[in-house]
Amino acid sequence: MNETVLLLAAAIASGTPLVLAGLGLLINEKSGVLNLGAEGMMLVAAVAGFATALGTGSEILALGAGAAAGAVAAAAFGVLVIGLNANQYAAGLALSIFGAGLSAFVGIGYVGKKLEGPAAPLAGSIGHWLGELPLVGPLLFRQHPVVWLSLALTLLVAWLLYRTRAGLVLRAVGESPESAHALGYPVRTIRFAAVVTGGALCGVAGACLSVVYAPMWVEGLVAGRGWIALALTTFATWRPGRVLVGAWLFGGVTLLQFHLQAQGVAIASQLLAMLPYLATIVVLALISRNPAWIRANMPASLGRPFHAG
Amino acid sequence: MPRLQLEGITRHYPGVKANDGIDLTVAAGEIHAVLGENGAGKSTLMKIIHGSVRPDAGTVRWNGEAVQLASPAMAQALGISMVYQHFSLFETLSVAENVWLGLPRGESLASVARRIEAMGASYDLAVDPRRPLHALSVGERQRVEIIRALLGAPKLLILDEPTSVLAPQAIEGLFATLRRLASEGCSILYVSHKLDEIRALCDRCTVLRGGRVTGEVVPARETPGSLSRLMIGTEPPPLTRIAVQPGPVALSVHALSLPDETVHGTALDQVSLALRTGEILGIAGVSGNGQQALLACLSGERVIGPGGDRAAVRLFGNPVGGLGPRERRALGLHFVPEERLGRGAVPALGLDRNTLLTRTEGIGRVGQLKPRAMHALAARLIERFDVRAGGPGSAASSLSGGNLQKFIVGREIDAEPKVLVVAQPTWGVDVGAAAVIRAELLALRARGAAVLVVSEDLDELFLLCDRLQVIARGRLSPARPISETSPAQVGEWMSGLWPGAGNEGAAVATADGTR
Repeated sequence: MNETVLLLAAAIASGTPLVLAGLGLLINEKSGVLNLGAEGMMLVAAVAGFATALGTGSEILALGAGAAAGAVAAAAFGVLVIGLNANQYAAGLALSIFGAGLSAFVGIGYVGKKLEGPAAPLAGSIGHWLGELPLVGPLLFRQHPVVWLSLALTLLVAWLLYRTRAGLVLRAVGESPESAHALGYPVRTIRFAAVVTGGALCGVAGACLSVVYAPMWVEGLVAGRGWIALALTTFATWRPGRVLVGAWLFGGVTLLQFHLQAQGVAIASQLLAMLPYLATIVVLALISRNPAWIRANMPASLGRPFHAG
Repeated sequence: MPRLQLEGITRHYPGVKANDGIDLTVAAGEIHAVLGENGAGKSTLMKIIHGSVRPDAGTVRWNGEAVQLASPAMAQALGISMVYQHFSLFETLSVAENVWLGLPRGESLASVARRIEAMGASYDLAVDPRRPLHALSVGERQRVEIIRALLGAPKLLILDEPTSVLAPQAIEGLFATLRRLASEGCSILYVSHKLDEIRALCDRCTVLRGGRVTGEVVPARETPGSLSRLMIGTEPPPLTRIAVQPGPVALSVHALSLPDETVHGTALDQVSLALRTGEILGIAGVSGNGQQALLACLSGERVIGPGGDRAAVRLFGNPVGGLGPRERRALGLHFVPEERLGRGAVPALGLDRNTLLTRTEGIGRVGQLKPRAMHALAARLIERFDVRAGGPGSAASSLSGGNLQKFIVGREIDAEPKVLVVAQPTWGVDVGAAAVIRAELLALRARGAAVLVVSEDLDELFLLCDRLQVIARGRLSPARPISETSPAQVGEWMSGLWPGAGNEGAAVATADGTR
């Protein structure tokens, strides 16, 4: 029992960067823009966050730096695909490759440097008491605050998308930019804002990996999580709640793999390391069997450029 | 003082003068028609009035004052609203959300929903604000557009070809609403190329041809012939139908049911039809009632899998349900799809290469292209079907809708098919081209071919067909000879209420959305 709870808590911790990136990409894609550069944005943000944490010792500043780095990378992407109508697929792939290169280059000096591990989130007797609560204690209150942030953001994004006019406008732009334009909405501006917001959240996710989760920097630290987050938004059919659950699920599978290795299961570790990615592909294939699910939520203009009037 | 006055409006596009010195005056509470063929400049003129296109020359006066309409928002602020031909609505949002998006900020969604219901009750435009848009019929969608325009309390309402998607009853309802609006002082600009509608509804009519005004008339005092002369310069020749003795059954569908393939599409439910040689069978119905699925099954785009009833579709008695379009074409079944660009023709390719889509003249024995043969075939089609194009090499996208349709229909007719299935043969096609296409379809029938026409245009079906069936909610009515039915009855059937349909008294949403 106790071990299961700890495993679940670890799954949540390991899935949290994916929640953040997945929510960012969800906002991004709901506007109708596909940003395949998630991996690159997360890498750049991870190195920026790590450097900031090393320099200032502040986790909050580090996450902020990650957000800023992700936003800047996304803004560059936005200028290309929204301002200049460049192909979204090609520009996104370029951003991923560029981010991998840049982060490796900038990060050379940081390899092997150590951060102090994150402090216990809740100090004092109340914090101790909350942390000792059965189930919710380890699952929630002994987690890093960034986990709480991811939960709050899930609720916030769901509320924004489905309960506010701003969210309605965003969904409208993603579904039919031509109609939104005809009604007088500034399609390009809205799309750009969504892309930059998405980039900032991917940035927080990247910094979260290098500052909170790992906490260290090596080349390619993100290890495909940007791609997984992209798949996650699709298999969550662009619903925030499903992004959360899917990310935790993926975090769980990642941990399960370590767990199985530790238990000495006689499968090559390389094969076990493939498990999370395999799981993603299997779930994607299963989801695609129900097109109704996807079409009811998918932004209809995803990946299509918008040419005004 | 007129509410809207246009003086000498001129707008150039590269190579064409879309509007050339147009004058137009609309009084308060007047229903004013703008009549013209496709390409006559109607759309450009409406875009200028609605602020999305700026004229090169000329003045727009609003209540006597010259105004510069720089954007749709400015026009909106003056009280000019537009109901688009292709709706600017969002499929995945609810009715209330769709309307809300078109209104200025500061009103709650709940209050918008209440106003939609109130507006629906007082103008006979009932629609449930909570329903998602993709569950609505086309007629209901148009109501949503109109409600959205009306909630902004317009002084001038522009409707662009509003009846092209409506069933006859829905058209009557729309006219009643528009008359009521006009009587309350709202001016209406009614853009159309349908002569009888304009004569029934409008107070005055401005006729455009080639970007110029060719007349301003009181339509009630005109005949269809005189309006037609103003619009196209001549009257279209009358169609001649010769009596043909129908032969054996060429194409048949027996009790075909198909599951829904898309979220927004309609499945087929026990559909049966029998098309004989030497006849034209019409399928009437408001679009979105299963036409797409039926056509896909007939053309072979949707193949019935090994587990299904492949014998449900037969061509000259042989089961063809498992054959693709190419195999069916080899057996003599040709198909003209509804979408001209993208399905009937490749937009960026020349007409010569577009012959390759359904014809084999341009392909050599080892699969090489034969440019001269393609060119000759395209040239022949251009000549035979009076296609106005730069030449056989012109890109399909460079042709007007009517000319491209003449080319596509011509490409299939020229193959001398035994069975021809045509979807919306004259949708969005000008009067002259429509006359050519209809005459060719009748000529094909006279040569003994079997022709199936799927159309929303009842006038067209009654002109062309020997027998009619109606499609509604994925079901097909029994066939009736033209002489034994009437547009009124077909209109009724379009709501799914034909004798023996088995759903009398049940809650069936009708074509115009009432229950």
